[in-house]
Amino acid sequence: MALKMVKGSIDRMFDKNLQDLVRGIRNHKEDEAKYISQCIDEIKQELKQDNIAVKSNAVCKLTYLQMLGYDISWAAFNIIEVMSASKFTFKRIGYLAASQCFHEGTDVIMLTTNQIRKDLSSPNQYDTGVALTGLSCFVTPDLARDLANDIMTLMSHTKPYIRKKAVLIMYKVFLKYPESLRPAFPRLKEKLEDPDPGVQSAAVNVICELARRNPKNYLSLAPLFFKLMTSSTNNWVLIKIIKLFGALTPLEPRLGKKLIEPLTNLIHSTSAMSLLYECVNTVIAVLISLSSGMPNHSASIQLCVQKLRILIEDSDQNLKYLGLLAMSKILKTHPKSVQSHKDLILQCLDDKDESIRLRALDLLYGMVSKKNLMEIVKKLMIHVDKAEGTTYRDELLTKIIDICSQSNYQYITNFEWYISILVELTRLEGTRHGHLIAAQMLDVAIRVKAIRKFAVSQMAMLLDNAHLIASNTQRNGICEVLYAAAWICGEFSEHLEEANQTLEAMLRPKVTTLPGHIQAVYVQNMVKLYASILQQKEQAGEKEAAQEITQLMIERLPQFVQSADLEVQERASCILQLIKYIQKLQIKEVPVAEEVIALFAGELNPVAPKAQKKVPVPEGLDLDAWINEPPSDSESEDEKPKTIFHDEEQRHSRHRQPEIDEEELARRREARKQEQANNPFYIKSSPSPQKRYQDTPGVEHIPVVQIDLSVPLKVPGMPMSDQYVKLEEERRHKQKLEKDKKKKKQKKEKRGKHHRHNSLHTESEEDITPAHHVDIITEEMPENALPSDEDDKDPNDPYKALDIDLDKPLADSEKLPVQRHRNAETLKSPDSEAPPVEKSKKPKKKEKKHREKERDKGKKKEKEKKVVEEKEEKKGEDLDFWLSTDPPPVSTTQPQSGPEVSAAVVAEPEEVKKEEREEQQEEDEGKKSSKHKKKKHKKEKEEKSKDKKKSKKKHHSEEEATESVQNGTLDDEPLPPMSSYRLLAENPYIKMTYDIQGNLQNDSQVTVSVIFENKSTSFLKSMELNVLDSLNTKMLRPEGSSVHDGIPVPFQLPPGISNEAQFVFTLQSIVMAQKLKGTLSFIVKNDEGSTHEKLDFKLHFSCASYLITTPCYSDAFAKLLESGDLHMSSIKVDGISISFQHLLAKICFHHHFSVVERVDSCASMYSRSIQGHHVCLLVKKGENSVSIDGKCSDSTLLSNLLDEMKETLSKC
Amino acid sequence: MIHFILLFSRQGKLRLQKWYTTLPDKEKKKIVREIVQIILARHQKTSSFVDWKDLKLVYKRYASLYFCCAIEDQDNELLTLEVVHRYVELLDRYFGNVCELDIIFNFEKAYFILDEFIIGGEVQDTSKRSAVKAIEDSDMLQETVEEYMNKPAF
Repeated sequence: MALKMVKGSIDRMFDKNLQDLVRGIRNHKEDEAKYISQCIDEIKQELKQDNIAVKSNAVCKLTYLQMLGYDISWAAFNIIEVMSASKFTFKRIGYLAASQCFHEGTDVIMLTTNQIRKDLSSPNQYDTGVALTGLSCFVTPDLARDLANDIMTLMSHTKPYIRKKAVLIMYKVFLKYPESLRPAFPRLKEKLEDPDPGVQSAAVNVICELARRNPKNYLSLAPLFFKLMTSSTNNWVLIKIIKLFGALTPLEPRLGKKLIEPLTNLIHSTSAMSLLYECVNTVIAVLISLSSGMPNHSASIQLCVQKLRILIEDSDQNLKYLGLLAMSKILKTHPKSVQSHKDLILQCLDDKDESIRLRALDLLYGMVSKKNLMEIVKKLMIHVDKAEGTTYRDELLTKIIDICSQSNYQYITNFEWYISILVELTRLEGTRHGHLIAAQMLDVAIRVKAIRKFAVSQMAMLLDNAHLIASNTQRNGICEVLYAAAWICGEFSEHLEEANQTLEAMLRPKVTTLPGHIQAVYVQNMVKLYASILQQKEQAGEKEAAQEITQLMIERLPQFVQSADLEVQERASCILQLIKYIQKLQIKEVPVAEEVIALFAGELNPVAPKAQKKVPVPEGLDLDAWINEPPSDSESEDEKPKTIFHDEEQRHSRHRQPEIDEEELARRREARKQEQANNPFYIKSSPSPQKRYQDTPGVEHIPVVQIDLSVPLKVPGMPMSDQYVKLEEERRHKQKLEKDKKKKKQKKEKRGKHHRHNSLHTESEEDITPAHHVDIITEEMPENALPSDEDDKDPNDPYKALDIDLDKPLADSEKLPVQRHRNAETLKSPDSEAPPVEKSKKPKKKEKKHREKERDKGKKKEKEKKVVEEKEEKKGEDLDFWLSTDPPPVSTTQPQSGPEVSAAVVAEPEEVKKEEREEQQEEDEGKKSSKHKKKKHKKEKEEKSKDKKKSKKKHHSEEEATESVQNGTLDDEPLPPMSSYRLLAENPYIKMTYDIQGNLQNDSQVTVSVIFENKSTSFLKSMELNVLDSLNTKMLRPEGSSVHDGIPVPFQLPPGISNEAQFVFTLQSIVMAQKLKGTLSFIVKNDEGSTHEKLDFKLHFSCASYLITTPCYSDAFAKLLESGDLHMSSIKVDGISISFQHLLAKICFHHHFSVVERVDSCASMYSRSIQGHHVCLLVKKGENSVSIDGKCSDSTLLSNLLDEMKETLSKC
Repeated sequence: MIHFILLFSRQGKLRLQKWYTTLPDKEKKKIVREIVQIILARHQKTSSFVDWKDLKLVYKRYASLYFCCAIEDQDNELLTLEVVHRYVELLDRYFGNVCELDIIFNFEKAYFILDEFIIGGEVQDTSKRSAVKAIEDSDMLQETVEEYMNKPAF
């Protein structure tokens, strides 16, 4: 042994250490690879030795080589050996190597579990530290699962050094093993108040990261964080907390109100730019969440904008960049405040840094108004000229078009100007965005009727100068504009002044070098042009001219007939034959123009992009139904389509083959001509001698010399947009003068009567009238199109998919008991499953006990079982209380405690805050409901009438909209509200709605929340609710009362007021739905006296009300399905017209499911009953049907659930 | 959360890399190459922030060395610059007037310092003092072990 050791240390003296290796590499610059491979060989030798010091040295060198890009995965096992060394020096190296090169695919990582566990519990804090650090880099789901409990224990280690590391690693563990979040969270929360600032900031970090992803879960922590924010002086921590608040405010506007003040204080006081920036960002988020209804926050906005201006003006590029970034956020909600800084932002367009210029461009988009659009675009055009040949120029181009076309050309007052801007943009060479310009030209020309004449003249000019644009078609996207130009000239040829000239321009041989799809449009529109020329000439009686133009077509069209592009070829040969026929008729002196023009009669109207989707399916048409019975022979059915498809492909390829070189083509052409000449039935393309008018001064005889200029010229006659800017200015000036005059006149008239306030020189947006009255045609929609906003949503949008998901799991997260925490120990012994649950419950219980003592010492212990739930309710209330009253609440005795604890009835007699309270209640109870639903359902009746009005209005506006929209957009429709409250019973005095919620703490209880609404003008009091118990379902009554006694409703109802009370029911079996009969008795008191009234009702316990929304992860879900002890059943519902998204939301909402996974139109969903039945669904949507396959541990429950679902869905 | 930290020279040679998300080696190499290219191509007087895929790169040059962090969309860029600066300060205090060569020859120390400062992509301790103390203490532990190894008890 001793000898070995001696040998080892002697060996070591000859080994290279890391420094030697680095030096060696630097000395072997020429043959680095060779040197390193030599080193790796040495390292391999070293790794074979027993001496751990030698091994660790080798691993250290390997780590260095790994950074240089060499693969060291082969040494993974050696790394583990070094990790398990007992000496810290080596352990450290081992963990470093592991953290650098281990990843989820490293197979030996499984071997480390026990070693890491050992190190985590080492008495030496640095051993633990190094293990934690390493783990943070290579933690896998398996490691996370096995070590979660160990790390959680370390969060309460005596040394803050370990605590803070453990807290931070816990986040990684959550990510890899989400099930650990619940059990660990209470402890994590404790750490927010750790005495050590490092641990505290670590906890803030982790919760901040968690809350950013799912803010709603963490809303209850707001008061705690608020305290931390106002007390902390550590900027690092402050920034994190403020960021957290930024994520929370959108969910709770009241929180925002509370935050504004401390945040503005911080903005004023801090000198740290990072903190300032964070504060500004959060204030913006707050103001966005408050949006309207908060007029007195303009000061905060002003402050933010001012501070941002300082950032933007700073010489530091970083601050400038961030300033612009934040500015664009303000722009969305408060464009006016930003617009006043236009000068500064335009200045940023000149910045050397492209990223800053791009940010500034983003801002400009929102800053334009009718007043400054021309000016801004002019500036941008100057930048376009400067930015020759860069991607930045393309960016500018798209931005110009975006800016001008935004919200239906809202800001354009002069469309002539816009057309000329577009034409100017065509001078850009090498841009990728030709199609964008083309699309704009088409859109404007089609939709703005007044501009057509001008547009056509401009487009004719473009066609005439096509050689400039199309000079280099190969890499020139700009030739796309010719597509638009040709189409516009053809379609609106009646506006064309020099139609002949344009037609000739389109027939030039150069055109054949354009891409096929453009040529095709050329050919098609030539005929349109030709038709209109023909008509002109015939009407003018110029027969010769008419024949001449026919002749021109016949001469030039063959060049397109030879096109390699099928589309062009086909169109051209069709048209050629047509024109030849026309020529025949012309010879016979038959007037043809009328008939030719009839080919293109009628106007093409723009069609909205969504129009196709909106065509309603006619009643009685089932798109899924077979038109013919499907062939019974399944075999042939399978085969046939394949072969057909295959054949087609082959045909295609055969077709393509004969595309041979030019020579061959020329040869064939020659042969064909020969053949044609010999064929007496072939109408020759050369005109007959009679028709040849050689003496006519035809332009086609003059050879056209094309000048190919690489440098784009200013096209003569092309409009200069700048002129328009000047003109526009003059026009506006004139307008203003006129107005002034008028005003002066008025003034003169009014002089002496009263002194007028002089506001003549403030020109407001509305004052600018458009140059010509412009009607923008809205795109056409099919008749009785279905008005819906659904199609605006991308079903694949991940955020939309999250929408349901988020709502659901969060709803119960607070009520849910701590899930069983699966760790290594529990794997070994299933008996020890309970402890983690216990642990996390403990603090709650303690707290609760404490409170109880304060409130009421004499209360019995039997309510303990309800403790957790109550605590949660309180939590929500606390938050609300904290939010609703500015000074911290003084009264700790919540009025709720009395009835809640003493009996099974939970109610709130407090009148003052009833309104607000109710909202909170709902928030607590029916968290599943979407946000706006909450507001809605409260005043259901009002809402209904409003809805009616709204729909009427909408209808009205839509009718108008279909005709024409004056530079504006149509408004959107809100989502349909959903309420889980169903009608229980109603009479002229009172209306009852109810909702049933399962209770996870108790597997045989459900809570029924009933809202009582006083509809009369009388006072309702002494309400008592009684239910006829069944064997299975019983109402929980206070001790000592008999089964026939009713339960008093703990409040009275003044006229028009509603309030909610809760009743607890116990049940035995939950697999079937049940109905209970009941009666509400009450006393109506008014001026005339009081009467006793009764209202009967039937309380319906659906199976869905026994389900509790429980989030489930897809792997757990898969395991559940695999387990095989579930019963299966399925249903199919036809005639579903709502979107899949809505459908899922409906199932989630009404049946308490959560979405596990969703792929296209298929989703898996999960829920659990209060008695622990798992329910798994697979929902598939067909064309207009939905099929649901369900699996559940109880078949009766499943079939009942599916029946209920069928009912819900068939209502859709 | 910081996704990764890269240190590289003006010539584009990687000096240190720390990944807080686990990725296969191949992927890492590809990302490093791409990012080094992006950043070296930028002019000196431009802002320190680059949008890259769904992350933001925040970088700063100290002498011949670039320090680059990839952070998430909602993270604070200025704070990240402070993190980088704090790390440089820590290196400086440890090595005493740190230069690129210090990091090359003692690259494992540079990692240890980083590990004491940032863990799992989050700043571990905002106090410089406690980070330095942890490094020194663990070094002490290492030194004694090394001494012991150098004087084997035979």
